[in-house]
Amino acid sequence: MLRLVLRNLLARKLRLALSGFAIVLGVAFVAGSFIFTDALGGAFAGIIKGTTADAEVLPEGGGAFTGAGEDARTIPAAVEDDLAALPEVASANGYDQVQGVYVIGADGKLVGGNGPPGLAFNYTETEAITGDQITTLIEGDLPTVATEVALDRVTADTAGYAVGDEVELVTPGPEPTMTATLSGIIEFGSEGGLVGATLTIFADQAIQDLFFRGRDVYTGISLNSAPGVSQAELAAAAQQVLPEGVEARTGDDLAAENEDAVGEILGFINTFLLVFAVVAVVVGTFLIVNTFSILVAQRSRELALTRALGASRRQVNRAVLIEALVVALIGSTLGVGAGYLLALGLRALFGSFGPDLGGASFVLESRTILVSYTVGVLVTLVAAYLPARRAGRIAPVAAMRDDVALPESSLRRRLLVGVLLSLAGVGLMVGGFAGSGQTGLLLIGLGMLAILVGVALVSPVVGRPVISVLGAGYRRAFGSIGVLATENARRNPRRTAATASALMIGLTLVALMSILGQSAKATTDKAIDATLTAQLVISNAIQTPFSTAIAEDVRDIDGVASVAQFRQAFPDIDGSQAFVGAADPEQLAQALDIPTAGGLGALPDDAVLATSAVADGQGLSVGDPVKMDFPVGTESFTLLGTFPPNGAIPADYLITTDALEQAGIKPADSLVYINLADGADRDAVRAEIDGLVAGLPTVTLKDPAEFAEEQKQQINQLLYIVYLLLALAIVIAVLGIVNTLALSIIERTREVGLLRAIGMQRRQLRRMVRLESITIALLGAVLGMVMGVVFGVVLQRAIADQGLDVLAIPWGQLGAFVVVAAVVGVLAAWLPARRASRLDVLKAIGAE
Amino acid sequence: MTQTATAPGTAASATAPAASARNLTKVYGSGQTEVRALDGISVDFAAREFTAVMGPSGSGKSTLMHCLAALDSVTSGDITIGETPLNGLSDKSLTALRRDRIGFVFQSFNLVPTLSAHENIVLPLAIAGRKPDPEWYDTVVKAVGLADRLGHKPTELSGGQQQRVACARALMSRPAIVFADEPTGNLDSAATGEVLGFLRRTVDEFDQTVVMVTHDPIAAAYTDRVVFLGDGKVVDEMRRPTSDAVLEKMKVLSAREVAGTAAGG
Repeated sequence: MLRLVLRNLLARKLRLALSGFAIVLGVAFVAGSFIFTDALGGAFAGIIKGTTADAEVLPEGGGAFTGAGEDARTIPAAVEDDLAALPEVASANGYDQVQGVYVIGADGKLVGGNGPPGLAFNYTETEAITGDQITTLIEGDLPTVATEVALDRVTADTAGYAVGDEVELVTPGPEPTMTATLSGIIEFGSEGGLVGATLTIFADQAIQDLFFRGRDVYTGISLNSAPGVSQAELAAAAQQVLPEGVEARTGDDLAAENEDAVGEILGFINTFLLVFAVVAVVVGTFLIVNTFSILVAQRSRELALTRALGASRRQVNRAVLIEALVVALIGSTLGVGAGYLLALGLRALFGSFGPDLGGASFVLESRTILVSYTVGVLVTLVAAYLPARRAGRIAPVAAMRDDVALPESSLRRRLLVGVLLSLAGVGLMVGGFAGSGQTGLLLIGLGMLAILVGVALVSPVVGRPVISVLGAGYRRAFGSIGVLATENARRNPRRTAATASALMIGLTLVALMSILGQSAKATTDKAIDATLTAQLVISNAIQTPFSTAIAEDVRDIDGVASVAQFRQAFPDIDGSQAFVGAADPEQLAQALDIPTAGGLGALPDDAVLATSAVADGQGLSVGDPVKMDFPVGTESFTLLGTFPPNGAIPADYLITTDALEQAGIKPADSLVYINLADGADRDAVRAEIDGLVAGLPTVTLKDPAEFAEEQKQQINQLLYIVYLLLALAIVIAVLGIVNTLALSIIERTREVGLLRAIGMQRRQLRRMVRLESITIALLGAVLGMVMGVVFGVVLQRAIADQGLDVLAIPWGQLGAFVVVAAVVGVLAAWLPARRASRLDVLKAIGAE
Repeated sequence: MTQTATAPGTAASATAPAASARNLTKVYGSGQTEVRALDGISVDFAAREFTAVMGPSGSGKSTLMHCLAALDSVTSGDITIGETPLNGLSDKSLTALRRDRIGFVFQSFNLVPTLSAHENIVLPLAIAGRKPDPEWYDTVVKAVGLADRLGHKPTELSGGQQQRVACARALMSRPAIVFADEPTGNLDSAATGEVLGFLRRTVDEFDQTVVMVTHDPIAAAYTDRVVFLGDGKVVDEMRRPTSDAVLEKMKVLSAREVAGTAAGG
């Protein structure tokens, strides 16, 4: 039996290759997600380990890789001498680390940004726990004076600077920009590279003068242990000589904690990618079910013959499943390989807007292989099970008959299940609306899934009117060719619908996302329009805070009435990172018109405002305490009131600037709102501010409309990434159309021969196949658009109070998606149509 | 084309042939495995005549018909359908020729299963983007006796009805010639009679030309003329055949073939 199975597989390479391809793509997505996040994790682990010494002395609670914000606390330099005197310490290296120092390249463009930090510190010879020196001078000299810097090799290369060149820098210090001579190049120790982070090395005195107001302090002290001294012993010994508020931690401990913190973020990225992998796999399942159904249908006579020759029902059943298993194994193997390539593709995608993983190593963990094969094999076997069972039911006597009708479960049963599932989905959604917060959304999500599957099941019936409308159009436009194409699409409603359903799922998500995106953009417009009273806004162009000096300089310009500095911090609230904004309340009240209890301007330092969405989600009411974990410790604020979520102020919580500084966060602005004095010449003032920020690629000056545009651009960027990831599911769906058409044409070989014999031109035959393909694609597109619009409206309503209160449906865009689907239909038909038109007429007529 | 009924076999020889073949050869394979399916065959099919092509299997009768019907290419020789020589025509022109000038009836699977009987009948015209002549359509449909089954799909028709629909389709474009490849091979005797009777009428009443490949002497008896093939050549011919005479001739030809094979082998 096994030999028969394998021979069958070989005889049908092409047909199986197509369904195998669906497995390859699905598995590739799963494997690629894991490989990519592993690489990302590996690179970060490399950085963490490569920058951590045997023991690190830090302000208490500091040193976190992903903290609430940049820690403003420091350690007196004298502590370094005390530590160096300890017998357990081989070397103690005090360092000053500063974030927000960026290099402007020779071409005037900023190097890095958009996530990866721009780090500056003084050079030390500290050895990391990896055994490598954290940084090593590889060319030139170390900077010795304030007008000199060294850069890491990658940054210097990207920026296009050589030793001796004048380097432009952006700094978070009192001087927003500075120029220095490149004295040397250093190499970062760890293998994974810097993931896009840039390193600027200053002389010891220079960094303290520039960023620490000349105080002789360190942000941390790295300790290397004397021979035979363990990390724990080293840290314990160091702790004895430390002043209050400063602690010594072992390198392993600190590295592990930071890796955990990074792992959490990477887990989020992995989940995000895996969601798309699941979509791809679900769509792939449709394709596999369809392929095996058609293959079994076409082979029903042959299978009946094996039954007549004595094979048991179970053997036939098993034969089909073994066939599926072989395809699954081959597909999964290729899928893992393709996943590797996909991970490299993701690297390019992520690299295009932020983290650079050029130096990261992409490894294939055994876990990745295990998960990939499990997904590939399970999905294929589950998908092949129904057709296999049907194959087993073929009566042996069918082998003798001319036309074998495969026993098929009636459409009625399928319809019933589909309708019940859809109703259950509607019930879940209604329940979701009644419920609140996360549970409500979860119910709505489950409801959508149920409806999606339900509609896929009933699509052979609900698709009928769509096909009829198309058919009427075809008849008018293409005459009998159009009629034949429509009838072909109708011939196997199940097959057509299953093929279209795969596309439907992808397009439902695309339509849903485009509606949510459009609504988000409209909401942003409305919010900025309604609340922003400032005439100009300075924003950070690279998602990194900038020097507070900029706001101070703007304040001195004639015609500027008020300036509000908005800062951001990310302390933990109830164990998860929160989005906290801080501003001077009186200044902010000038720039924004946000109605809050008692007025925005009256916010005291011990109080907090929260968006209504967050307050609802966290179950907070006015008067409740809100505890935020800052490096200095936990700070408690009293909830004073709520404000509607608002694109003009990117924060979930709002506290005062003073409170944030008390919490130990370094002052750096994320946004600066500028109100002009009455009668001020707007253009003149703007020109003056423009001159001020001209040399700073990290910030941009915008009017409210431009500011809204910038916010919307970020929404677009996210949308494009989602579209790109959904594209793979759509590619699989398109393959499904190719597959179904190709198999259908094989099935209709005699008919094709007949049509050619009685005078159908090749061109007409190709058109017939193309029109059938377009029918399938449009069926999927129309169903997908309808579902996407319904889901989009429902979801927008569900989260309206969480900051998406405007519903906007991009009809033009949705229409464009339908047109694209038709084009996709044309493309999908290309190969099958070519094949059909090239069939030898006589052989085709004589075919079995 | 007139609709005057013509007595079988009378005026036929006076007009130009509906189809003619000159020195046709068709060779499959090469060298050791070379098979000469047609070996320099020349034959004319007179207009308004019903001709049967007979011969033992392997005699080349199907190949001859496929070549004449522009479904297959020849190795050498000339074919003319009506006044059109097939030599050097492109696939596109040949397809158009099949559509407009040639009618087909195959042994089985003649109809597009998704289309109704009516749609099948007018399909070649529809493909060409033309409307059928309503008078001619009514005449043919009435003649095949399908007026009440036109809306049915092929699966709802009996085997004989399906073949009659195929005959009607073959005639719809008033072709120069209709080729029928064992049109009754899958039918019982009653249905066979209906189909052959109809083909006979198309020649007698509608001035059509029909060439039919068959191995059935009873079917051959419906025709005006039987052309016997053997080893890719015309070996004999019979006018106004009867089934007994045809059967007798077939026996002789088979015997000769067996003898020839024995002698040759």
